[in-house]
Amino acid sequence: MLDAGASGAGAIPPLAPRRSRLGIGGTGTKAILIAALSTVVFFGGLTLIVINAPGWAQVQRSFFNGEVFVESIPRIVRGFGTNVRLFLIAEVLILAWGLVLAVLRSTPGPVFFPVRVLATFYVDLFRALPGLLVIYVLGFGVPALQIEGVPNDRFFWAVVALTLLYSAYVSEVYRAGIESIHPSQMAAARSLGLTQLQSMRHVVVPQAIRRVIPPLLNDFIGLQKDTVLVSFIGVVEVFRAAQIESSARFNFTPFLVVALIFLVVTLPLARLTDMLVAREQRRRAAGFR
Amino acid sequence: MSRITRTLALIGSITLLAACSSPAASPATTTDPTTGDATPEATTECARENLEVSNEGRLTIGTGNPAYPPYFDFPADDEEAANPANQEDPWALGDPTNGRGFEAAVAYAIAEQLGFSEDEVDWIAVEWEDSWAPGPKDFDFNLNQTSYRPERAEQVDMSEGYYFLNQALVANAGTPIEEATTIEDLREYRLGAQIGTTSLAYIEDVIQPNEEPSVYDDNEAAIAGLDAEQIDGIVVDLPTAFFITAAQMDNGAIVGQFPPADGEQEYFSVVMELDSPLTDCVNESLADLEDDGTLDDITQEWLADRADAPLIGN
Repeated sequence: MLDAGASGAGAIPPLAPRRSRLGIGGTGTKAILIAALSTVVFFGGLTLIVINAPGWAQVQRSFFNGEVFVESIPRIVRGFGTNVRLFLIAEVLILAWGLVLAVLRSTPGPVFFPVRVLATFYVDLFRALPGLLVIYVLGFGVPALQIEGVPNDRFFWAVVALTLLYSAYVSEVYRAGIESIHPSQMAAARSLGLTQLQSMRHVVVPQAIRRVIPPLLNDFIGLQKDTVLVSFIGVVEVFRAAQIESSARFNFTPFLVVALIFLVVTLPLARLTDMLVAREQRRRAAGFR
Repeated sequence: MSRITRTLALIGSITLLAACSSPAASPATTTDPTTGDATPEATTECARENLEVSNEGRLTIGTGNPAYPPYFDFPADDEEAANPANQEDPWALGDPTNGRGFEAAVAYAIAEQLGFSEDEVDWIAVEWEDSWAPGPKDFDFNLNQTSYRPERAEQVDMSEGYYFLNQALVANAGTPIEEATTIEDLREYRLGAQIGTTSLAYIEDVIQPNEEPSVYDDNEAAIAGLDAEQIDGIVVDLPTAFFITAAQMDNGAIVGQFPPADGEQEYFSVVMELDSPLTDCVNESLADLEDDGTLDDITQEWLADRADAPLIGN
């Protein structure tokens, strides 16, 4: 592919030594042994310091309480169902609307100037506004207007708010991808007789999206965690569920349950992102050989 | 019911008091009106000089900010109250330092029992989670409408009760929920409450509405939910119900108050660090205030007109 030569990533020396994905920092058995030893010493030492601290008994009771952990799981898992519905629906809308914004911002020529200004303003605005404010205004303010036909369902407005906010970030990711495609691609497409829009649709955007999948997944992980913001308009989701359990017992352990749930969900995504990056690098490097 | 539980709690405190070694408990610990000084019948461990306080020579009391009426109140003078500049930093709404409001008055009364005069008391704003997180505290004790629960008392010290309360239901006037007279009637409505409150527990455990309750960070957010017609009613403690319908809502109404859950009257406790050296002395002070009628007087003064509402029966 031609595009491999256009980006900086293509310049990675194809013969660089293969490393483990976690980056042990060397090769061979000796390196692995040293890494293992130093890990044991480091984390073992840290553990010893923590559990010998004078307040450990109380911290353990308050943060790592087995009984509270087990008892708070059902409510928290139920709450997480709301987050899952929220981020799955919002993500689909965000990916679509973000792409529209990015394409609008990438339109060429003086005729489309107002479109570019509007899209730019939108992106600037929603990246600058605190997410909580948008959620409050849409979740409480709009329904309080009591306009006929406007829904007052909080879940609906939560999805709208997250879509507005995250599409601003995601459109910038798309735009970076679009701009990383060498202008010669567009020129070649146009010379084949494709219109501007067709060239975008069939040549530039498909290449651009492939390049930005890792940062898009990154934003997706961010979105998953930001779904907890909707708790502020009274939706009982994973974080609010943990707060309820926590306040009822004066115990922080329920938040540990939340942390583990998010870890379980985001870890596979993070590894998938790494895998995709590696595959993309291999694919481009192969173009050189 | 309230009387009985109260008496039981009183007996409890007296037993505890006895265990706490004071041979001469009550009447001697009243204030001498001529000097304004507290003259506690100093059991040695609760004598002022033996108290371990966080700031030597001063008593540091915590509460939440904003400090809500009627537990904390505005300055007495209407004109002063109207000007936010008269609030001592950082307090919003009520100002604990002026001693007005139910909990402010209780706090100063306890301080007096412990031998601290009004100007030896410092107030600090304490976040809700901070008031019960493990570890050392910036305050000697904290009064913030914290209801006693056994599992809470495993994390921090909680005193005997200083106020026994009922939960109440608040709604917008003229909405159908206002017609409800029994808990059964309420099941079909969408209810909300503030996070961390026993009001929320009351909805879940006693009312058990068909729809899961909405949970808000504060009563202001719950009121916004009411105005957005996302919920039909808010459950709060009764004195708070009087405050929010009078001051925070345009069209608020108290639908009624609820009977205690499982017949166990809920009560507010003073919160202290776990195993605080002050706990026994605070309990002793509260028992004395109960015995000599001071606690009743304070309750009468600040909460008397906020304790009556139609009962929503089972």
